Amino acid sequence: MKTVEEIKAAIEAAVPGAVVEIVLNPSPSGQHSLRLAPGHAVEVAQFLRDDAELALDFLSNVTGVDWPDKEITEKVKVTRTVMKTVDGVEQQVEETVDEARKRVVPGYLEVVYHFFSMAKKHGPVVLRMRTVNRTDQVELPSLTPIWRSAEFQEREIFDLYGVVFTGHPDLRRLLMWDGFKDHPMRRDYVDPDDYEYEPTAHDAVLARAAAHKAAQQSASPEGTGVGQ
Amino acid sequence: MTTTSTAFLREKMEEGWNRPPVIAPEGEGELLEIAMGPHHPSTHGVFRMDLALDGERVVRLKPVFGYLHRNHEKIAEQISYLASMPYTDRLDYICSLTNNWAYALAVEKLTGQEVPERAEYIRVILAEFTRIQNHASAIGFLIQEMGASGTPLMYAFKEREKILDLFETLTGSRMMCNYMRFGGCRVDVSAAWLEEARKVVAGLPRFIDEFENLLSGNEILMARCQGVGILRPELAVNAGITGPMLRGSGVNYDIRKVDHYGIYDRFKFRVPLGDHGDVYDRYMVRILEMRESITILNQALKEIPGGPVMDPKAKIRGFRPKPGEAYGRIEAPKGELGFYLISDGGPNPYRYRVRPPSLVNLTVLEDMCLGSDVADVVLIFGSVDIVLGEVDR
Amino acid sequence: MLGEGILKGMAETARNFVGSFVSKERLTTVEYPEERIAAIENARVFPFLVYDTADWEAGLRCVACQICEKECPPKCIFIDKSKDKKPDAIGKQQFYPTRFDIDISVCMSCQICVEVCPFEAIKMDNEFELATDDRFGGLLLDRKQLAKPNEYYHQIHPTEAAAVDARLAEEKAKADAKAKGAADAAAAKAAAVLAAKPEGAGD
Repeated sequence: MKTVEEIKAAIEAAVPGAVVEIVLNPSPSGQHSLRLAPGHAVEVAQFLRDDAELALDFLSNVTGVDWPDKEITEKVKVTRTVMKTVDGVEQQVEETVDEARKRVVPGYLEVVYHFFSMAKKHGPVVLRMRTVNRTDQVELPSLTPIWRSAEFQEREIFDLYGVVFTGHPDLRRLLMWDGFKDHPMRRDYVDPDDYEYEPTAHDAVLARAAAHKAAQQSASPEGTGVGQ
Repeated sequence: MTTTSTAFLREKMEEGWNRPPVIAPEGEGELLEIAMGPHHPSTHGVFRMDLALDGERVVRLKPVFGYLHRNHEKIAEQISYLASMPYTDRLDYICSLTNNWAYALAVEKLTGQEVPERAEYIRVILAEFTRIQNHASAIGFLIQEMGASGTPLMYAFKEREKILDLFETLTGSRMMCNYMRFGGCRVDVSAAWLEEARKVVAGLPRFIDEFENLLSGNEILMARCQGVGILRPELAVNAGITGPMLRGSGVNYDIRKVDHYGIYDRFKFRVPLGDHGDVYDRYMVRILEMRESITILNQALKEIPGGPVMDPKAKIRGFRPKPGEAYGRIEAPKGELGFYLISDGGPNPYRYRVRPPSLVNLTVLEDMCLGSDVADVVLIFGSVDIVLGEVDR
Repeated sequence: MLGEGILKGMAETARNFVGSFVSKERLTTVEYPEERIAAIENARVFPFLVYDTADWEAGLRCVACQICEKECPPKCIFIDKSKDKKPDAIGKQQFYPTRFDIDISVCMSCQICVEVCPFEAIKMDNEFELATDDRFGGLLLDRKQLAKPNEYYHQIHPTEAAAVDARLAEEKAKADAKAKGAADAAAAKAAAVLAAKPEGAGD
């Protein structure tokens, strides 16, 4: 089977304008992936399926990954003009200092596809696509028109991560119920504290539920009983 | 009137496999929209199918699940790698040992860990036992839903009890075994256990012969299952179907032969394929796979070497694989069970994904059921052989 | 002939029906709870704490290291470590758990707590008839309910208990030998110091 570099070259040759980047995998599994820009994704997908040598007719797994915003501190060289006393005379001097600056690296949602070939019996070929950010630009093209096996798995990623797949024939929630609001698998998901629970010795859950119940009772006064 | 609507439906099916839901044309009368499930004896668990029926014929079928969603993937992000192992038992709760193996394989791919030979043989033996008892139960449940009121099911369960007793003697638990570890198996098998296993395997061919005597030539079974729920091979490949459902449609893809994982290369076994892709072919593929599993078991039980069952340098506590990712898959009794792990160097996985065969196999449920009667829906669904623990995780 | 398959199947069922009167193998029903199958030796249900001497509190092997609490997947073990040390079964000063609760409605019998315990203090029981109608605490087993003697452990898992006892005896022998070696070295050193003291220095 072709290596990642050869597949990248083949894609770039077949679909002009496709932006493909190799993402190396440091683990001993050796499963390097190709990062695809969403622009020409559907054409690349068609090529991967119909190419005689690759013949990736089996889409095995579609995974969503959440990479939240990261705050990093980096040292930046800053050149400033300050007043300094040099040889007894005050003058303007340029000095360069190292300043620690905090920067927020924006997060994104990622979708990872694993392909195999049933005709040629080779694989896996790993493809990744990233959204622009985690808040409002979360669209990615759907590969369901090319491989039907993405249908339920992309629905699940929409349900649990919030990635909107354009071109999906039936994009609605899969595992959570239709009226549910949040996206549970995200790293910043806060679960509600009004579970129906069995009072067990889980002290933290017990305390939180008791507090929630107390808050509920004080919010709606005791005027809703029978006979009112 | 009904013949026109059937022809109309079949033509829609031929058009391509990404068509929107089919509604019967105007003037055909009202459609009955009914939800089959989630509390239903024939839906293999809490599973709902929203059916739109024209009389008895299915016009639309939308599967609805998520009733058993336990958020296994998020729990795994918060506990260590080892602590996820008992949770994998509960994915496909009938085949816990193959789930364990798939997870252990993915972690071993992630870390490059080697597994001793004796452990590999034990893994193969247990996986093939799991396959036999899964296929026996699946066929038993399928026939039960056909109306056989449990007789073939109890035959299958009689044999399954012997296999579960073997599991209990070795791992301590009949179903939630929690036995594989990263780098081998938890405890070694004793000579007494191997003797008992050989006795059970010796009794299996007679059991399958009795089972087939009861079922394969049965006219009622043939009338109800042949020609029902046909799945074309091109659709099966495109929809990512794996396991006996794929091989029933004639596509030769068995991950044991393709990926050469474990030591399956050392065993001679055949892969049964079906011709028509209907329910009867899937049933026959499962019966024949049980026979092939017996062949593998005989070879493995004869050739098992001595040695350790766990790499002595493998860590149980404080296991922190280096950053990276890996996708490991095996041929579980239901299809391709894969685990995709992303590690960030910490004690917990950063992303832990289960690729469930039952979920992906359900993609074509509507395609297979369109145009059939409601009674056939039960059979077709039973022949997909799903377990809700895996579909919903 | 039409119906041949069905008749063959019925012959199979008839053979089992008649056979169930004459052969034990074909009669597989066990009438629980009047009849019970003997428990398989390795079967595991819920954990219990092992104690060595007759005193269940002092003889507990557990030293409240809290490793099982950390490794438990559903986090069903709750341990409070003591502030003081008390002598254990062999007289060594050890911490002990003032509270050791296991919530068996949450426990999934995975046995990881047994695997990671360094002191052979927690083992798996095989009692499963634990149903109770007290849903608010009946399934929370405390230290006293969990503590069972080593003899009970030998009764339910004889091979395993024998191996554990052998391992503990070996560790004790090694610890004793090391202590004896250290004591001998200290005594030799003291004797050497005494011999090296100059004459008349102790006046």
